Amino acid sequence: MKKAWMTIISQTNIARNIYEMTLEGELVDLMSSPGQFVHIRVTEGFDTLLRRPISISCIDKENRQCKITYRAEGKGTMLLALKQPGEKLDVLGPLGNGFTVDELQRGDHALIVGGGIGVPPLLELTKQLNRRGVSTTHVLGFQSKEDVFYKNEFAYFGDTYVATVDGTYGTEGFVTNVLEEIQPPFTTLFACGPTPMLGALENLYPDKNVYLSLEERMGCGIGACFACVCHLQNDPEGYSYKKVCTDGPVFRAGEVVL
Amino acid sequence: MSCLSIKLPGLDLKNPIMPASGCFGFGREYAKLYDLNVLGAIMIKATTAEPRFGNPTPRVAETNAGMLNAIGLQNPGLEKVLSEELPFLANYNVPIIANVAGSLIEDYVKVAKEISAAPNVHALELNISCPNVKTGGIAFGTDPAVAFEVTKAVKEVSEVPVYVKLSPNVANISEIAVAIEQAGADGLTMINTLLGMRIDLKTGRPVLANGTGGLSGPAIKPVAIRMIHEVSQKVSIPIIGMGGVQSAEDVLEYLFAGASAVAVGTANFVDPFICPTIIEELPYKMHELGFEHISECIGRSWKQHAKIAYSRT
Ligand SMILES: Cc1cc2nc3c(=O)[nH]c(=O)nc-3n(C[C@H](O)[C@H](O)[C@H](O)COP(=O)(O)OP(=O)(O)OC[C@H]3O[C@@H](n4cnc5c(N)ncnc54)[C@H](O)[C@@H]3O)c2cc1C
Ligand SMILES: Cc1cc2nc3c(=O)[nH]c(=O)nc-3n(C[C@H](O)[C@H](O)[C@H](O)COP(=O)(O)O)c2cc1C
Ligand code: FES
Repeated sequence: MKKAWMTIISQTNIARNIYEMTLEGELVDLMSSPGQFVHIRVTEGFDTLLRRPISISCIDKENRQCKITYRAEGKGTMLLALKQPGEKLDVLGPLGNGFTVDELQRGDHALIVGGGIGVPPLLELTKQLNRRGVSTTHVLGFQSKEDVFYKNEFAYFGDTYVATVDGTYGTEGFVTNVLEEIQPPFTTLFACGPTPMLGALENLYPDKNVYLSLEERMGCGIGACFACVCHLQNDPEGYSYKKVCTDGPVFRAGEVVL
Repeated sequence: MSCLSIKLPGLDLKNPIMPASGCFGFGREYAKLYDLNVLGAIMIKATTAEPRFGNPTPRVAETNAGMLNAIGLQNPGLEKVLSEELPFLANYNVPIIANVAGSLIEDYVKVAKEISAAPNVHALELNISCPNVKTGGIAFGTDPAVAFEVTKAVKEVSEVPVYVKLSPNVANISEIAVAIEQAGADGLTMINTLLGMRIDLKTGRPVLANGTGGLSGPAIKPVAIRMIHEVSQKVSIPIIGMGGVQSAEDVLEYLFAGASAVAVGTANFVDPFICPTIIEELPYKMHELGFEHISECIGRSWKQHAKIAYSRT
């Protein structure tokens, strides 16, 4: 973990309110595991004050570049969307524990499920899995056709299915509707997206290896402020806890209360 | 002699900058980023007799120039703080100010007695002002008689000087401060967070699961400055000031208002290197304004002639 200035190389609008930003800097040397995030200061002033946690969606060590993919929604991400190539960003990272790819071997098959703005970190994940010889099936869920992004990027690595809530693209409904349909064979499931989606997946595959990436509001992003703690499933009322920022954001299904 | 060093009850500070309680955990995370030895002191996370999980999430929300938090004093409890956290901090040559919280006066007394006996705890900070816990907390900090009672009870058992943290959520802060001084407190720390709320327009409900939370950050600095300016003229015990400190200029403003040292809270989240950065910049800023020693700055806003209020080291 380090705090450094990164240079914005490009900023592209890739779907409704979704932006992909390429950043360059020495911080990339420290990035390894997919699912890790960076904590970005979007202004130098006081408004907005806190940093914004955004996942790393692509790591390119050779060129010392990485990508982040975000939805311009609130004040901070809208300010981020106004930044131009050439500007510098104050970035703290890489933070958190991402998805472990080492457990999977050549010949294994992984199922990757993303919902909305949970899709980006899974792109670096599938890239790393495929590099290890692990084949992947992807199921991506969005609200509507205009919100769909990275379908082709995922399709490059393996079978890719899309669900939209309003049925304007792919299967109508949720990612779980697609899963019922295709019944993919897999040993390990990796998922990132809204909490109800993660809960549904946890219930759907109680006997599989399932890894879920969680979101929580953050203060420090480094484990000091206790903003992002969650209860453990085996001690839901007790004092034991995990911090999403440092113990996560990726947890094994069944580990923490969603 | 360094131009930044100052002696306060129990605290031999190499500089007047310290992270504020709850914004620095027990130092472990920041120790990965820089050498904690540069800090004047460390105010550690509130410790209660029993471990606490705190409030449900979301526990933080952003506001204009600030943030709301409703952490709810999550901490591992007295036993673990004594056996794990304080020994870790003993690796550093930094005085520790232990933040003590509870629900009953007996809780404060128990924690104060045991934690003040730890070898690297140099002072206590009584947290009688946390707005995020239902019993105790703020209730102790808003009634002068109760504030007197808890301060006196803790003073009787503490082996180190006792600082009491004032709540800004009161009509007459000087009245509370004077009661606490009369109870024998060695110093004051001020201010804790201001009770606030934000409402989510999409759901129509408060953003924080707890409903309300404590406001901190640059937004509260003028409130803190006003209160320190007022209280420092009414009491003769020193004040450690806090609330929105982000820069060396902010530190000087606090000293001018009447604080003898300054704590940095929320700014640690914005820039984890903020404390060492301020410590580095402070002498230059002082020099620019024509000061040789921080003691010359203390209470400058209301003292006729800047006099040296506390002994230099
Ligand atoms: C580990 C992690 C990884 C993330 N990765 C991505 C990503 O790759 N792409 C992306 O678009 N978003 C991601 N998010 C969510 C993203 O952090 C929020 O959407 C963003 O902070 C919202 O900021 P804002 O200024 O637009 O919204 P505002 O509503 O103006 O923000 C106000 C405050 O609420 C916090 N906040 C608001 N929504 C969220 C949220 N969903 N999660 C956490 N904090 C929130 C903000 O950080 C800020 O402190 C991630 C969140 C986490 C915790
Ligand atoms: C996330 C968070 C947790 C806090 N926890 C504590 C605490 O445990 N004990 C305490 O006395 N004050 C606590 N505070 C209050 C701070 O110590 C400080 O008084 C306040 O935040 C004002 O300073 P700032 O504006 O620099 O943050 C907390 C503040 C924040 C933001
Ligand atoms: S965000 Fe501060 S502990 Fe996780």
